[in-house]
Amino acid sequence: MSEKLHISGAEALIRCLLAEGVDLIYGYPGGAIMPVYDELYKFQDQLHHVLTRHEQGATHAAQGYARTSGKVGVAIATSGPGATNLITGIADAQMDSTPLVCITGQVASHLLGSDAFQETDIIGISTPVTKWNYQITRAEEVPEIMAKAFYIARSGRPGPVLIDITKDAQFATFDYSYKKCTGVRSYKPVPTLDHDQVKAAADAINAAKKPLIVWGQGVILGQAEAAFKAFVEKTQIPAAWTILGLSALETAHPLNKGMLGMHGNYAPNLLTQECDVLIAIGMRFDDRVTGRLDAYARQAKVVHLEIDPAEIHKNVHADYPVLADCKASLEALTPLVQPKKLDEWMARFDELYKQEYEVVIEKDLRPQKEGLSMGEVIVAINKASKSDAVIVSDVGQHQMVACRYAEFVRSKSNITSGGLGTMGFALPAAIGAKMGAPDRHVVAVIGDGGYQMTIQELGTIFQTKVGVKIVVLNNDFLGMVRQWQQLFFEKRYASTEMTNPDFVAIAKGYYIPAKKVTAREELEPAVAEMFATDGPYFLEVVVEKEDNVFPMIPTGASLTEIRLS
Amino acid sequence: MSQEPIQYTISIYSENNVGLLNRISAIFLKRHINIESLTTSLSEIPDVFRFVIVVEVTEPQAQKLVQQIEKQVDVIKAFYHTDEETIFLETALYKVKTSFLFEERQIQNFIKESHANIVTVSPEFFVIEKTGFRHETDALREALTPFGLLQFVRSGRISVSKAPMGISQILNSFKENLT
Repeated sequence: MSEKLHISGAEALIRCLLAEGVDLIYGYPGGAIMPVYDELYKFQDQLHHVLTRHEQGATHAAQGYARTSGKVGVAIATSGPGATNLITGIADAQMDSTPLVCITGQVASHLLGSDAFQETDIIGISTPVTKWNYQITRAEEVPEIMAKAFYIARSGRPGPVLIDITKDAQFATFDYSYKKCTGVRSYKPVPTLDHDQVKAAADAINAAKKPLIVWGQGVILGQAEAAFKAFVEKTQIPAAWTILGLSALETAHPLNKGMLGMHGNYAPNLLTQECDVLIAIGMRFDDRVTGRLDAYARQAKVVHLEIDPAEIHKNVHADYPVLADCKASLEALTPLVQPKKLDEWMARFDELYKQEYEVVIEKDLRPQKEGLSMGEVIVAINKASKSDAVIVSDVGQHQMVACRYAEFVRSKSNITSGGLGTMGFALPAAIGAKMGAPDRHVVAVIGDGGYQMTIQELGTIFQTKVGVKIVVLNNDFLGMVRQWQQLFFEKRYASTEMTNPDFVAIAKGYYIPAKKVTAREELEPAVAEMFATDGPYFLEVVVEKEDNVFPMIPTGASLTEIRLS
Repeated sequence: MSQEPIQYTISIYSENNVGLLNRISAIFLKRHINIESLTTSLSEIPDVFRFVIVVEVTEPQAQKLVQQIEKQVDVIKAFYHTDEETIFLETALYKVKTSFLFEERQIQNFIKESHANIVTVSPEFFVIEKTGFRHETDALREALTPFGLLQFVRSGRISVSKAPMGISQILNSFKENLT
């Protein structure tokens, strides 16, 4: 774009968004961002603005949008409380490497530091939870800074960027021209692949007798699903996922051995402690995955394919680091590795799966109790959606159950708050997820606790008519905390029991078709009705009050101490 | 790698942007690590700034700090060094009543023995400057304290590494990649 226009900073900001291919943003207006909203009004045929009911909802919606579309999510808010309300979503995006550009209005530059109305130091507040942030005080800065913001948010390991713009910079006019950012001299987003590292990793993998692949979201963010599958299939090495890596390889794949970590599957957790070579791909060894770090995979040589140099040796020492975008490293690695015969090793996975099935899975999916289990709800969703829905989960027991039992046939289908563990994430994230993948079924699976943290976004769903299916698994408890209280605090249920409102009436208040299920025979028909209904739908499923999620690795325990009951 | 906390000098080459100091200090804050001293200045390269930060940490901690610092978009490169790997100094200023300079002969001896300089002398006070290691500036402070130090201040450490830092090469390779 080389047009020369004499326009305001606010209009320039909108034109920058358009130049970056943005057609959808989430936000909430207010005093210090009004000039930008005035321009949004003029550009509404090109740039659609979704009014959320709280700024936190705008960031989570932008996250959901980014995660299903692969594009940068954009959220916009005013100064002061508008800006601080974005912080939870920004922190979530930082932990889960989600590309966001957040724009906040700011008081006029001559008022900075005067404790003006709705002034807050959002640059200072957001610094620890952004990949980059910047305060624009002159209209002339808008094009260059916006170009840089998008470049930084989406390149390398993605993350959130916050741009604060003073009100006078929104009003001031200047000669606008836009140039896309192609590089920042102090920033190297993708390390250059070192073929010696690839060779060393390949040698270690080829020498392995009991290898295990553990993969994370890097496979999805790097658009490396095909390269990853080719690597897995060539080597025939069993592979297990972190919850952010889930859906990068289809659930039914014979080499997909399930979920890692605290509530993950028995086999991949225990066999992490037996493997001789651990091949970590695009994952960061979160403590929920590793358990007690000094007892984690001590016997194994670790190969670590990673884009972010700061992750190498951060939690787990990498014997064979391969620094690069994991698509590039996998494509270089696959030709160098030999297919393996791992019959005995694979049999170990099957054997442990059988144990887990007998003690945990069968009970979860086909309970003998009268009360419904969370697991059977997920199975009903799998069935009705032919395992091809986007599942957006919140945080807690239902999240672990959803991740454990949801089935996927394509990537970018599991959207959840992993690193930050943000209750209230799912409802607004599902709005964005559906808008990012309008042709897909998007099901938000939420607990009764998290649902009420952002329940006001029903208003956004009503207003936009976005076809989000909401499934609330209601046990009248903050279930995960209650489970811990039961197991580790002698059943002292401090403030975890919830007296809940009539959720169906609330949904109906927003004119969203709604149903409540309390008995097993009602479940499948209700889920079928939900998928058959055009537009949004709310389904409350009353589940067993005091079910626990197993397996479980207690905090601070090693993976070897995983419990089945 | 040594698990004993020792003194490390962290050197950072960066852009000179508002807020970067906050971003860097937040990395220490998040890990509950106290900064012993911090100095910022121009570097040998135009438009490139330099931070010199002294911390007492283990080597794995120093390594991770540097990784996190280097990860910041506005940081070009960061290093950590032991004292043996750097040439380093601090500067201290001592403000003393002028009358002592003439009444207490020892003061003149202290100044001479410690290779300190008198920066300014006025009818009321004089100011001594001493550049050197921490123990040297400390020794002079202790020597002068009995005479009523009116003010004492010491700069953060400044340091250069014995090994080359190679910042120009990094910046040149960036330029080559752009074209």
